[in-house]
Amino acid sequence: MPKSAPSLDEERIAALEKLVSQARTAAAVFTQYSQEDVDRIVKPMVLAGLKQAQYLARLAIEETKIGVLEDKAIKNMVATEFVYNYVKDKRTVGAIREFPERGLVEVAEPIGVILSLTPITNPTSTVLFKCIMAIKTRNAVIFSPHPGAWRCCAEAVRIMYETAVEHGAPEGVFTCLESHTLEDNTFLMQHKDIGLIDATGGPGVVKAAYSSGKPALGVGPGNTPVYVEKSADLDMAVVDIITSKTFDNGTICASEQTVVIDDEIYDRVLQKFAGLGAHICNESEAELLGRTVIDPATGFMQPTAVGQKASRIARFVGISVKPKTKLLIAPIQGVGREHPLSVEKLFPVLAVYRAKSVDEALKVCVDVNHSGGLGHTAVVFSNNDDVIQKFSEVINAGRIIVNSPGSIGALGGVYNDMVPTFSFGCGTGGGNSTTDNVNVYHYLNIKRVARRTQSHMWFRVPNQIYFNMNAVENLRNFPSRSTLIITNPALEQIGHVDIVRRYLPPQTPVRISVVPDTEPDIKIIIQGVEALNFYKADQIIALGGGSVIDAAKIMKLKYESPEADLEELATPFLDIRKRVVQYPTEKINQARLIAISTTSGTGSEVTPFAVMTDKQRGLKVTLADYSLTPDVAIVDPQFVMSMPKGLTADTGIDCLTHALEAGVSIFASPYTDSNAMQAIRLVFRYLPTAYEHPQNEEARNMMHNAACIAAIAFSNASVGVNHALAHAFGARFGVAHGRANALMLPHVIAYNASVPTKFMPSPNQRAYVAHKKYAMIADLLGLGGGTIEEKVQRLVAVTEQLLDQLNVPRSIAELGISKEEFEQAIPDLAKTAFDDPSWRSNPRMPLVSELVELLWSAYRGRGDGKAASAAREKKADETVCV
Amino acid sequence: MTTTLPVWLKVDEGRVVEALQEAGQKLVQGAGEVVLDFSAVHRIAPSALLAMEELADRAAKNATKVVLRGVNVDIYKVLKLARLTAPFLFVD
Repeated sequence: MPKSAPSLDEERIAALEKLVSQARTAAAVFTQYSQEDVDRIVKPMVLAGLKQAQYLARLAIEETKIGVLEDKAIKNMVATEFVYNYVKDKRTVGAIREFPERGLVEVAEPIGVILSLTPITNPTSTVLFKCIMAIKTRNAVIFSPHPGAWRCCAEAVRIMYETAVEHGAPEGVFTCLESHTLEDNTFLMQHKDIGLIDATGGPGVVKAAYSSGKPALGVGPGNTPVYVEKSADLDMAVVDIITSKTFDNGTICASEQTVVIDDEIYDRVLQKFAGLGAHICNESEAELLGRTVIDPATGFMQPTAVGQKASRIARFVGISVKPKTKLLIAPIQGVGREHPLSVEKLFPVLAVYRAKSVDEALKVCVDVNHSGGLGHTAVVFSNNDDVIQKFSEVINAGRIIVNSPGSIGALGGVYNDMVPTFSFGCGTGGGNSTTDNVNVYHYLNIKRVARRTQSHMWFRVPNQIYFNMNAVENLRNFPSRSTLIITNPALEQIGHVDIVRRYLPPQTPVRISVVPDTEPDIKIIIQGVEALNFYKADQIIALGGGSVIDAAKIMKLKYESPEADLEELATPFLDIRKRVVQYPTEKINQARLIAISTTSGTGSEVTPFAVMTDKQRGLKVTLADYSLTPDVAIVDPQFVMSMPKGLTADTGIDCLTHALEAGVSIFASPYTDSNAMQAIRLVFRYLPTAYEHPQNEEARNMMHNAACIAAIAFSNASVGVNHALAHAFGARFGVAHGRANALMLPHVIAYNASVPTKFMPSPNQRAYVAHKKYAMIADLLGLGGGTIEEKVQRLVAVTEQLLDQLNVPRSIAELGISKEEFEQAIPDLAKTAFDDPSWRSNPRMPLVSELVELLWSAYRGRGDGKAASAAREKKADETVCV
Repeated sequence: MTTTLPVWLKVDEGRVVEALQEAGQKLVQGAGEVVLDFSAVHRIAPSALLAMEELADRAAKNATKVVLRGVNVDIYKVLKLARLTAPFLFVD
C-alpha cells in the first residue's frame, strides 16, 4: 500500500489493490513471451482497432461532445495503422539492437505495470495507441481515462483486451478503472507496483504524475506558434493551417494557436483564409471573443469551448458569421495576459499577428512559445532555409514542423518521417523527461550488454633506421638545399660534426647550430627556429644525446608550425588516441629530421617524446606525439666509442629500464615485447663489456642497438612506475636520469611482481601478467628457477649483480643524502611521482603509500646479489641467445 | 521414530493449475512435504500464479514445506516479479 494513502475506504483500496495485483501477475507472466508471440498478438489488435475506428469515434463524440466524428475516426486509424506500420518490424523483446563493431547489445526489459491516464480530447485514439505499445513491449496497463470520456475509453480497452487475450496475451494485461476519483489516481500513482505513469492530459494530470515520485511520461498542453514568412507558399500555408486547426475541431494540442505573418503578405494571407471559409474578426469581435472563450480569472481557455465548431463558438460569443465558417481568426497586438487569445485554444479560434520584420516575427513566436508552449510544437512556413534554421534555434519545441500542418504533422508519419504518436514529449521546458514523440522505446527498460573490447593498438617507428658501424654513410641518400646540424660543443670539438659533414651529398649547404648539452630551454629553441628560418632549412640533423635530439624535435615543430602552443601541446592525457589537444597538421615549412644518437640510452632518435624547460617561467614541458618522431634515425656506434664509463653505465641502465618497463606495461603487445625482450638480452650480454672495455666495438654496437630497440618498445608501450620515481627523485636531488632509474630498478621489479593492492584497468590484458613476464625474461636470460617466484627472484638478483658490476651506488644513502633530508623530501617525492604520467601504463596501480615504501627501499638499498650470481653461474652454459 | 516421505508430483505443461491444486489437497491431507517437479514446464499462465498463491497460503497455514524442483529461469523470474519465490524452496 502506498505510504501516504489518500482518503479511500478499505473496500476501495482492496478493489484497487486487486487491479494492481492482477496487472502485476499479467506483467510477470508476459516476461516469458518471445518477439514472435508478441507480434502475433499485435496485428489482430491493430485490425480490430481499424475495424472499430468509426464505432469508437462515434462513442467518443456522443460521450464527450467534443470534436468531429470523421476526424476522430481518422485519429483511431492513425493510432492503429500508422503506429503498426512503425512498430511491426521493430524488435522489442530480447536483443533489440546490436552493434557488433562496438561489442554492444541492447536488450529489452519490460517495465511491468503502467498506469496510463488518457485525455478527453483524443480518448479512444490514445487508448488504442497505448494498448498497441504495451503489448508490443510486454507490459500490463491500468487505464485511468478522463472521467468525461470513461465509457468510450473502456470500450476501446475492452476491444483491445479481448483481441489480445484471444491471441495469447496474459489475462489481466489491460484493465480500465471504472468511475474513479482523483484519490484513486493518487493511490495508484504512488503504488509500489506501478512501474511507470504515462499521463496524457491537462497540466493538473501531468503535474500529479511527475509529483508522484514515480518515473513518468507526462505529456501536457502546448501553445503552438506559427510563423508565415514572406517567402512561403501562401496557398499551401493557408490550407495547411486550416486543415490542422479544424482537425477534430482543434483538439490536438499540437495544433496552431497564434499565426505570426510578415507585414508584406499579411493582408493577402488573411484574404486567402477568408476565401477558404475563415471569419476574420474585427477589433471589437476579437475583443469579445477573447473575453468569452478565455477565462479572465485563470487566463486559460474555457473548457466548454474545447473541440466545438467555429460557428457554434461564434453563435455563443455573439459574432455573426456565415453558416459554414470553419475558423475564427482574431488579430492580436501582443502576447500575454493582456492579450487573452495568445494562449492555447483547443478549438477553431486562431490568433494572428502582423510582424514588421523577421526579427519581430521571431520574437513574437518566442513569446508565444514561452506562454505555455515550451517544448511542445511550433510551425514555420518559409522557403528561406536561413529563416527556418533561425526559427528552429530560437524556438524551444520538441517538434518544429516545416511547411506542413502542425497537428497532423506532429502526430508523425503523415506529413513527415517522425515517429507516429499520440503523446508529445515536451522536454524540460514542459516539465517532461523527453522531447520525443513517445513510442515503444519509452515503454522499455533498455539494458546495455557491453562486451569487453580490445582497443586498437599501434606500433610506430621512424620511416628509416640505419644501424651498425659507419651507418652515417647513409646520409649520402638525403639531398638537401639547406641543412642545419644541431649539436653540442663537445661533439663539435671531438670531430663528430666533421664526420657527419663528410657523408652529406656534395654541395649541400650546411650550417651548424651549437646548443648546450642540457635539457633545452625555450630560448635555445627560439634561436634554433630563427636559424632554420634564416637558412630556409629543408633538413635538420640532430647529432647528440637526448637533449640535443629533443631540442631539434621541438625546433622542427615550431619551424613547421609556428602557431603551435608548446604549453598547450604539453597538456597531460590518459590515452593518446583520445587526447584533447591535437598537434598541428598544417605546416608552413617542411624539414626532414635526421637523428644521430651519441649515447646509448634515451633512444630519442626513435621516440615521439621531447622535453624542454622554460627557466624564466619555471616550467618543464614534456611533449609526446608521433609527429615528433624523427624521419630518419642513424644508430652508428662510432659516435659512442668515446663515451665515459659513468655515462656508459647510466645510459645502459636507462635502456634496460625502458625495456623492462615496456615489457610489463599494460600497453605491451607482441610487437613491443619482441623489441623489449631483445633489448634486455643485449643489455645483460653486452653492457658489462661496453663498460669494462669501452673500445670493444661489438659491445658498443650492440648496446647502441639495444638502446634504440628498447626505445622502439617504450615508444609504443610506454614506461612505468620506475620512471615516475626516477623523475621525481632525480629532479629533487640532481641525480642523472639513468642513475636514478638504476637505484629504483630492483625494488620496482619486486614490487610489480607481487600481487597488486590495486589492479590497473587494462582492457587489453586478460589477467595480471607482470610476474609471468618477468619470469619469461628470466627464462630468456637463462637464469633457471622452478617457479615464477624463483624466476623473479633470480631476475632481481641478476639485475642487482649487473648494477654492482657497473659500480652503481647500492642505495640512495650511498649518494650522501642523509636520512633526515630524505625523510623531509619523501612527501613531495611521492606526490611528484604520483603526478607523473609515466606510471599510467605500469601494470600495478601504485598507491601513494606504496610509492613512499619504494622510495625507502631505494634509500636502504639493494641486496648483495649472491643469489643471482649463484643462479647465473649455475645456468651459464644454458644461456640461450634469442 | 517414523519418517514421512515427501509427496512427489510431476507437473505437466498443460496441467499446471491441476497439479498445484492436487498439491494443496495433499497438504490438507497432512502431507509433511510436497515436491513439485516443474522440469517439464516451460511457461506458466496467470491462472497458475493464482494457484501457486493459494498453495503458498495453504502451506503457510499447515506449516509445511513446498519444494519446487526444476523450475526454469524464465519461470523463476515470473515468480520473482509476482513475489512468489519466498514461500517455496527451489531445488534443481
